[in-house]
Amino acid sequence: MGASAELVDSDFELPPRSPGQLFRARFREDKIAMASLVFIGLLVLMAIFAPLVVSIVGGPDPDARDTGALDPLFATPTGPSADHLFGVDQLGRDVFSRVVYGARVSLTVAFAATFFATVFGVIAGLLAGYFRGWVDSLISRSVDVLLAIPYLLLATGLASACTLAQTKGGGSGCLGGLVKPGLGVVIFVISFTSWTYMARIVRGQILSMREKEFIEASRSMGSTDARIVFSELLPNLTAPIIVYSSILIPQVILYEAALSFLGVGVTDKPSWGQMISDATPNFSTAWWYMLFPGIALVLTVLAFNFVGDAMQDALNPRKRRS
Amino acid sequence: MSRGGGLRTYVLTRVLLAIPTVFILVTMVFLLMRVAPGDPITAALGAKLPAKELEKRKKEAGYDRPIADQYVEYLGQVVTLDLGESVTDNRSVKSIIVENGSATLELTLAAFSITLLVGIPIGLLAGRFRDGPIDVGGRLFAIVIYAFPVFFLGFLAQLLASKVGWPTSGRASPIVDFDLDKISYFYVLDSLIAGDWNAFWDVLQHLFLPALVLGLTISGVMIRLVRVNLMQTLRGDYVEAARARGISERRVVINHAFRNALVPVITVAGLQFAILLSGAVLTEETFNWPGIGSELIRYLDERDYIAVQGIVVVFAIAVVFVSLLIDLVNAFIDPRVRYR
Repeated sequence: MGASAELVDSDFELPPRSPGQLFRARFREDKIAMASLVFIGLLVLMAIFAPLVVSIVGGPDPDARDTGALDPLFATPTGPSADHLFGVDQLGRDVFSRVVYGARVSLTVAFAATFFATVFGVIAGLLAGYFRGWVDSLISRSVDVLLAIPYLLLATGLASACTLAQTKGGGSGCLGGLVKPGLGVVIFVISFTSWTYMARIVRGQILSMREKEFIEASRSMGSTDARIVFSELLPNLTAPIIVYSSILIPQVILYEAALSFLGVGVTDKPSWGQMISDATPNFSTAWWYMLFPGIALVLTVLAFNFVGDAMQDALNPRKRRS
Repeated sequence: MSRGGGLRTYVLTRVLLAIPTVFILVTMVFLLMRVAPGDPITAALGAKLPAKELEKRKKEAGYDRPIADQYVEYLGQVVTLDLGESVTDNRSVKSIIVENGSATLELTLAAFSITLLVGIPIGLLAGRFRDGPIDVGGRLFAIVIYAFPVFFLGFLAQLLASKVGWPTSGRASPIVDFDLDKISYFYVLDSLIAGDWNAFWDVLQHLFLPALVLGLTISGVMIRLVRVNLMQTLRGDYVEAARARGISERRVVINHAFRNALVPVITVAGLQFAILLSGAVLTEETFNWPGIGSELIRYLDERDYIAVQGIVVVFAIAVVFVSLLIDLVNAFIDPRVRYR
């Protein structure tokens, strides 16, 4: 709110500011969001330089099995120690290393799935809103159908179907081998079930915007449909698209963790959800094995939520969530 | 158009619109299950029977016929609500729905009660006393709880509960479960019907932890929603008018604002239903709750077409039905909805 008060009170020398500059100025005032942004930045760096981070702390490879670290009597996981900061799991793998490497899966899936869901949602929404008629009916019905199935059930079904599917070339995966088991399937499944809200939002915006005068004007000058869509409508949708995709990211992270927990997520690399799932049988005795990936997950989602909320506020200062 | 006529037309259109939704859904489930390779018979019995016997079984079940034929037959089954028997353990889909579905419904209803019990009072107080301690605390709680995956919160709750000896898994103690006469398959109801107070307490104890965890994860959204709605309502002209008539602030808030603030809650309640069912799958896995979600995951692993198809179809019809119901309730409460 401070920024808008400043606009009213200042003298006449206030430099003109673009919407982008205004947005950044408002965003910067949100201290929690700025801190979250720094946290996310560090997290991304940690994911990229995971081997470096682990070696600085002196941790072993995430897949290395240090059976010597297991309890000598019962061969059960042992808790945090000087050698293993966060303890080890039941195979003797270092929990700290796995949490650090787990950020890779979470962030890769988060950004990739959000990107694909956004692109697909925007295209579907544009088509439905602009062409209306049977195109709209088809797309809107499909959205209704997808929203009617609890998404986790659909995702579990799709993921297990894709993982088992064989292509003609003998490889495995969906869509003719385009979607490979592992990371590919997870990203595909999440994007496939997450584009619906974006499509609804874009459709609604387009429906109201296509009747506005500037579209009328453009059409009267003989603009093609493609020109109207890409040069007139799409630029006006940048704000809601950015805001909604920033809200989608934390949901996707939780989604990936849930899939891993149900056993249809990424299994060949360490991931937070899968670690929590692996900890299921012995979490009452080996709390560290569940707690650290869990905390990493919660903090990451929290940070993305704060950033998403702040972006929403910065774009619509009048329509604050308050 | 008369009031009643408007409502009737609206109901009719909504019901008719639900039909293609269900139809597309049923088709999608069918295709999804056939596109994936393998058939339930090979998947379930492949290791146990010789190849010749497998072929015979497949033929008996009709899996060697063209997909189109199977599809027509399947549609017929859906329309007549004869969803068949699971391949792997010969349970009729109907009994899976009744036995495991009731477990899920019991959990979901209990969780939703907790969401309302936590969300509405905190949301109303937060909206009424804006920026007060309840508001700040409530907002913080809403943001933090939203970041927790159900299963992580569940494990933390189990960790605490096991320290004090509270049951952390299943629907009831084994003996209670064995002795209980299952009439409705809602254990809370069944133990009441049996008049067995020990069983009732045991069942309640088992229900409490998963319902609390699932309910709390959604309560954050509810707090935010009720709070924002109340603040908007309190700014409304009719609230101002009531104040101007000299009605005490207490009555204005309770009689005029609260009720209107709760109308949108019904809409969101419907939207949350699908989310709640999804969340229920994770909660069921975490707490060993024998619900329909965890059964579905098991049947998916076993590639049991019939069971998966049946469960998903019923699941989806339930969700479509609930959202239809919510629309109708809304149209009934708020006449503006009908003319949109």
